[in-house]
Amino acid sequence: MTRIDAKFAALKAEGKKAFVSYIMAGDPDYATSLEIMKGLPAAGVDIIELGLPFTDPMADGPTIQLAGQRALEGGQTLQKTLDMAAEFRKSDDTTPIVLMGYYNPIYSRGVDKFLTDAKAAGIDGLIVVDLPPEEDEELCIPAQKAGLNFIRLATPTTDDQRLPKVLQNTSGFVYYVSITGITGAAAAEATDVAPEVARIKSQTDLPVIVGFGIRTPETSQAIASVADGAVVGSAIVSEIAAGKPVPEVLSFVKGLADGAHRA
Amino acid sequence: MAEDLINSFMTGPDENGRFGDFGGRFVSETLMPLILELEKQYEHAKTDDSFWAEMNDLWTHYVGRPSPLYFASRLTEHLGGAKIYMKRDELNHTGAHKINNVLGQIILARRMGKTRIIAETGAGQHGVATATVCAKFGLKCVVYMGAHDVERQKPNVFRMRLLGAEVVPVTSGRGTLKDAMNDALRDWVTNVRDTFYCIGTVAGPHPYPAMVRDFQQIIGKEAKAQMQEAEGRLPDTIIAAIGGGSNAMGLFFPFLDDKSVEIIGVEAGGKGVNADMEHCASLTGGRPGVLHGNRTYLLQDDDGQILEGYSISAGLDYPGIGPEHSWLHEIGRAKYVSITDKEALAAFQLCCEQEGIIPALEPSHALAHVIKIAPELPKDHIICMNMCGRGDKDIFTVAKHLGFEMAEAD
Ligand SMILES: Cc1ncc(COP(=O)(O)O)c(C=O)c1O
Repeated sequence: MTRIDAKFAALKAEGKKAFVSYIMAGDPDYATSLEIMKGLPAAGVDIIELGLPFTDPMADGPTIQLAGQRALEGGQTLQKTLDMAAEFRKSDDTTPIVLMGYYNPIYSRGVDKFLTDAKAAGIDGLIVVDLPPEEDEELCIPAQKAGLNFIRLATPTTDDQRLPKVLQNTSGFVYYVSITGITGAAAAEATDVAPEVARIKSQTDLPVIVGFGIRTPETSQAIASVADGAVVGSAIVSEIAAGKPVPEVLSFVKGLADGAHRA
Repeated sequence: MAEDLINSFMTGPDENGRFGDFGGRFVSETLMPLILELEKQYEHAKTDDSFWAEMNDLWTHYVGRPSPLYFASRLTEHLGGAKIYMKRDELNHTGAHKINNVLGQIILARRMGKTRIIAETGAGQHGVATATVCAKFGLKCVVYMGAHDVERQKPNVFRMRLLGAEVVPVTSGRGTLKDAMNDALRDWVTNVRDTFYCIGTVAGPHPYPAMVRDFQQIIGKEAKAQMQEAEGRLPDTIIAAIGGGSNAMGLFFPFLDDKSVEIIGVEAGGKGVNADMEHCASLTGGRPGVLHGNRTYLLQDDDGQILEGYSISAGLDYPGIGPEHSWLHEIGRAKYVSITDKEALAAFQLCCEQEGIIPALEPSHALAHVIKIAPELPKDHIICMNMCGRGDKDIFTVAKHLGFEMAEAD
């Protein structure tokens, strides 16, 4: 059982929905983002998605693009991102960390070496945007073998015929992307999301978490109420981009987490 | 050499879109169903006579194909060695080879019921070709172009606007061709129902590298037949410039199994292929990685972050290369070299003076390599280079480098 599986089991026992937050590792700088990361569990975050910066984030909107650029300009690397996770693990051994990014930095390091290092750093799962099921041999299968969850995105274009293929080698949870579009775009309506979540749940026992476009405690609650949880990324990254002090960023996160937990 | 173990070099890609280890489908889940549908539709069109009948009709009457195969007699004499032929794709409508591919993709888009076409462009040639064909068919056209390229390729920006296209200056990332491709992919992910992404080179996820090559191989097919007519035999060496690699793949593909034919791709060496990375030579100066939907040679740092290329030629300014070229490079069927800005500029001028042809800066790179090797080769050695674009778009850039004052009208 990974930390992700344990977390969902615990939430289920409490009858609570999950709140998942995304921050970009190294944004605005290593120390600040580590400080924010360390504060997330107390703000109510159940699972931390840690963004791995990449020069060419094809699925991200301007907010996360710029966060990645700030991180890279500040000297963030894959190694420093793993260091951040390891540092976090010193004081928190239960909150799952999911590394989210693009394949090339991982491929460049070498898949086997990356998996060994990620596992050692206390990473629990991977979301790699540009690795669809068609490319499972690349990283998904080796990751599962190494004991890491490989979390797949399902989208509005994933029809019933394709869904089994998407679910097949997915573990941990399923991330439903509520809109066709990039991160930071407009939010989906809970009424549109509900049938999609039901459609996915009819084919898997994994928890289904919904993200893209959630910016407020109200939407966080509304979306979480029709799924197993909600993910917020761009809205939090925007707070960091605006230069808000860490406690303010964390209280913003708490509002979103409370929303999801009310669901 | 691995060559001996392979019966044919013309069977790729495999069902997963791979040329050896290169290529593939590295895209987000949202796009995956779209590229599978595109592949299905393309596979169907490929064997449909009515599809090719429409292509051939437009190639003849709209583009002006076949393009001539021209014996460059004065240049040959001047260099004193190999016989130099030019495949004159710069005479195509819109001034480059790009329209060969655009026609194919737009006809396919129409068959698929798509009403909105998006494209990325560097030098603007692919953007102009796309805007042109969209105007012809009354389709909405949006072209993503790096803000820096919008500045240095103003005539093409104006052409696209005249043709009714919306030109979106891209400022994300560093505002270059690769960023324009990122923004086009972001548009596609957002507008999945009505939009067709018309990629301008043999890159992107499968089936694009194979599809674009298939539309461009008309260049090599014609050249082969024309050479047969002119010389009664195959050329000894074929040479083309490489940005993403579409004009080169177009010329090379029909010759891949003709083992006597030496194949040379010319990358942009910029200010020199060295540690400063002021070049775009992905094969000579990069290593394999994954970008824009495929695995190929890329300019990247030790951490797998993509680097910006540099070249005097906006059309070669891409940090990657089509996956089929990476494969041909690794198995040794084609050889890849690089040419600097300086050498390309010299070739540009020599071509103007000796042949009365103002070449684009991209094929000037190919020509520069011809100029390098021709003098040492015997007089019965035949070289065929791809003159894939004309230089009208480049006169401001060249004037600036030659210190010629040319005020742009404002
Ligand atoms: C005339 C010309 N040649 C070559 C290229 C490079 O593209 P490719 O390598 O795909 O032929 C371009 C791109 O804009 C071009 O305009």
